[in-house]
Amino acid sequence: MSGANRVLPGFGLSLGYTLAYLSLIVLIPLSAVFVKAAAMDFERFWSVVASERVVATYKLSFGMSLLAASINVVFGLLLTWAIVRYSFPGKKIVDALIDLPFALPTAVAGIALTALYAPNGWIGQILEPLGIKIAFGPYGVLVALIFIGLPFVVRTVQPILEDFDAGFEEAAASLGATRWQTVRRVVFPALLPALLTGFALAFARGVGEYGSVIFIAGNIPFVSEITPLMIITRLEEFDYQGATAIASVMLVISFVLLLVINLLQGWVARSTPRAI
Amino acid sequence: MSIAIEHVVKSFGTFRALDDVSLALPRGELVALLGPSGCGKTTLLRIVAGLESADAGRILIDGQDATGKHVRERQVGFVFQHYALFRHMSVFENIAFGLRVKPRRERPTEAEIHRRVHKLLDLVQLGWLKDRSPAQLSGGQRQRIALARALAVEPQVLLLDEPFGALDAKVRKELRRWLRRLHDELHISSVFVTHDQEEALEVADRIVLMNKGRIEQVGTPHQIYQEPATSFAYSFIGNVNTFRGKIEGAFLRVGDDLLPHFQCNFAEGEPVVGYARPHDTEIVADTQETAGVAARINRVLTSGGTSRVELVANGPERGGAKDYFEVEIGSEDLSRLALANGQRVRLKSRRLSLFRDQA
Amino acid sequence: MSGATSQLAAHLSSSLNRFEGRLATRDSGLVKTAVLAVSLAFFAVFIFLPLVLVFAEAFRKGWDTYIAALADPDAVSAIRLTLLAAAIAVPLNLVFGISAAWAIARFEFRGRQFLITLIDLPFSVSPVVAGLVYVLIFGAHGWFGSWLQAYDIDIIFAVPGIVLATIFVTFPFVARELIPLMQSQGREEEEAAIILGASGWQTFWRVTLPNVKWALLYGVILCNARAMGEFGAVSVVSGHIRGETNTMPLHVEILYNEYQFAAAFAVASLLALLALVTLALKAYVEWQAARNVAKDSEG
Repeated sequence: MSGANRVLPGFGLSLGYTLAYLSLIVLIPLSAVFVKAAAMDFERFWSVVASERVVATYKLSFGMSLLAASINVVFGLLLTWAIVRYSFPGKKIVDALIDLPFALPTAVAGIALTALYAPNGWIGQILEPLGIKIAFGPYGVLVALIFIGLPFVVRTVQPILEDFDAGFEEAAASLGATRWQTVRRVVFPALLPALLTGFALAFARGVGEYGSVIFIAGNIPFVSEITPLMIITRLEEFDYQGATAIASVMLVISFVLLLVINLLQGWVARSTPRAI
Repeated sequence: MSIAIEHVVKSFGTFRALDDVSLALPRGELVALLGPSGCGKTTLLRIVAGLESADAGRILIDGQDATGKHVRERQVGFVFQHYALFRHMSVFENIAFGLRVKPRRERPTEAEIHRRVHKLLDLVQLGWLKDRSPAQLSGGQRQRIALARALAVEPQVLLLDEPFGALDAKVRKELRRWLRRLHDELHISSVFVTHDQEEALEVADRIVLMNKGRIEQVGTPHQIYQEPATSFAYSFIGNVNTFRGKIEGAFLRVGDDLLPHFQCNFAEGEPVVGYARPHDTEIVADTQETAGVAARINRVLTSGGTSRVELVANGPERGGAKDYFEVEIGSEDLSRLALANGQRVRLKSRRLSLFRDQA
Repeated sequence: MSGATSQLAAHLSSSLNRFEGRLATRDSGLVKTAVLAVSLAFFAVFIFLPLVLVFAEAFRKGWDTYIAALADPDAVSAIRLTLLAAAIAVPLNLVFGISAAWAIARFEFRGRQFLITLIDLPFSVSPVVAGLVYVLIFGAHGWFGSWLQAYDIDIIFAVPGIVLATIFVTFPFVARELIPLMQSQGREEEEAAIILGASGWQTFWRVTLPNVKWALLYGVILCNARAMGEFGAVSVVSGHIRGETNTMPLHVEILYNEYQFAAAFAVASLLALLALVTLALKAYVEWQAARNVAKDSEG
């Protein structure tokens, strides 16, 4: 601490406690994964993390997370637009329920989505005659990840759209732009950083998600297994090394995503337009 | 109480906010720390308060070394620029706060607290607002409540950071007069920070003019305005015409022109800057005259007994912009000169102050 | 009369969205209808129907089955364990959040931004990995495994492990609500309190805490919801011992896997109710906080 503003007390105590608690609960336990993984010989490590079945899970987890995040960006933007720009009956309830995926335990979401999209479920029975199978397959994973990721997009874009100065749109209109041109050239660019951040947040959450997915996925090897499930599977086989190896890969991915998200959020903070 | 600041140095990273500042302020005065933003005036105020610690130097309050003393023990009152009123407390509770947090032995009784808060509310003439929350007050009202809160603990010194900075022009004028009256009533040693010269000139007993972490000049408002001690003091306070050039005998050579001067403590050929107030600058319409800086009349603005004449330099443009001059003359002189827009004239100064050109 | 009309006008314009009230930001009726139809259909299919379905399934076989599922001793013990884990994790993370916010938002030091990132770390780690790390440390083959065995202390596949995993996944909630708020409020009010003679604790209790109470409550509500609902991390460390190390979400899983759907949804409906209460409280707190902000920016 440079300059030492000692007017307010408690710097040493609060920072010391913060660092100690952070280390004890988060940093030391997480480092255990890397310490244990580093103790493995490389061939063993590689044979686990690059095995065919595990690679199939990466493809599924990443692919479906990307797809789900993309879908959420499109529909999340529409939903945010509806909530911020329009008044309609029940808007307050819709706005509050957007956060349901944050508040609803993932296991509950998992069984509810499964029951909903199973062949005999409310939605499943509509889709089955059309030859569309959602539950107990890869698209089940997609549905669960859409559910989990939606609030990330909406809640990132919403404050930016709310604070967006209507003066920009009035200026564009006065310069002769059509409504669509205004939205595309003035509003959308201002929302882009937030949309990307929301996308990244939803994607990061999707890659690590477990509870809501495993019920609906069917967990068929090579078809609908997600990466976190592989850790559980290895643990159940008492293969701690295998579990650790996969966990270390997931942790590295988490750190990279965290870095990307931090950079994106910095961009959002810098690019938030203000009326001059 | 008197305040003495001795050789105070303060840096933030590589930025030197205060560079060996020394200053003695006698008791009972209302002092303004005046300067452009970033000149170190607020930092100096916060160091006197004990909100910031100096890297080197001492602060003496009433002759006693306060450098190592905690803010709590310095007995200073501080009014923050944005008032820092406790937003969840009523006006009454804000003012009472300093009394309520005293150690049990020193804490006044509830009746005494009520009496003192009401007295302060009367002093700032806002008794009717005592149950409001700070959010329900206007800027000027907040300012006065912040002052009452600071006075509640009977400080020896009152420090105010840009006290009128966040207010609109009309309220600012009223509060200035009010603060002056209040000071004359209480006679508590007070220091306020401002970047507004008009405010400092109008309210303060004494002005400390600061620039780039140093003190440029200390003096009464009259001294600061009439006898600026440095090049910076000239350019910062009031309107001024600037002439840059070299010494040539009894003249200052500005471009192709020669301007007479009355100072002789500069060497021949030395680069200098000359400053002349608009009312000390005169217009020579006589086309035969060869001395003075050539200029062209741009506009004449008349209001009341005096007129302001705006002129553009004849010389080459510098940095893409023409030099502008301003002259203040009486209406009679103006009609005698019979100036027309675009007319070529020369400028001289009755009182030209020269400083070595640092640029 | 003119007062009444202007009031009516004010009411009308406030019932209209501020964007719909201005010509340049108003969308055509067709666009509005299309956007509302698509987005609300999406909302219904992915958010609203799953919620409705939980309650519909829970009561499908009637009240008696519902009550029986909840009164089952295993269910009761799961409820008890869930409450216990939350009762330990939430206060601990509350104290941590306040302490971290005080250090980060009230002082300047190198690495402050990095520390904020580290505090957010548990949110970006998969819950399964969060559970695994404690197995690696306290499990039979972990760093302290043999030592713990020697003293007959159970952490993994026991209550302490569940509590630890819960603390980990709910770690950032309070801190991340408080830090930005306290940073934006600045430290002037605290400085003013200290100058007026308040001690550090007096300043904290009388100035800091009242100013952040809504954000604090908000953080606690979210922290609690996650603590009671966590599945992945707890699942790894629990060992799924019925009546002993089962939390409510784990109990839901077991019932579901045993095809006791009605019972599974009955327990799930309790958790869904918790989620709804959480959202309602959250909306209330947001409303209060917005009111305070509006009050602060008045005048």
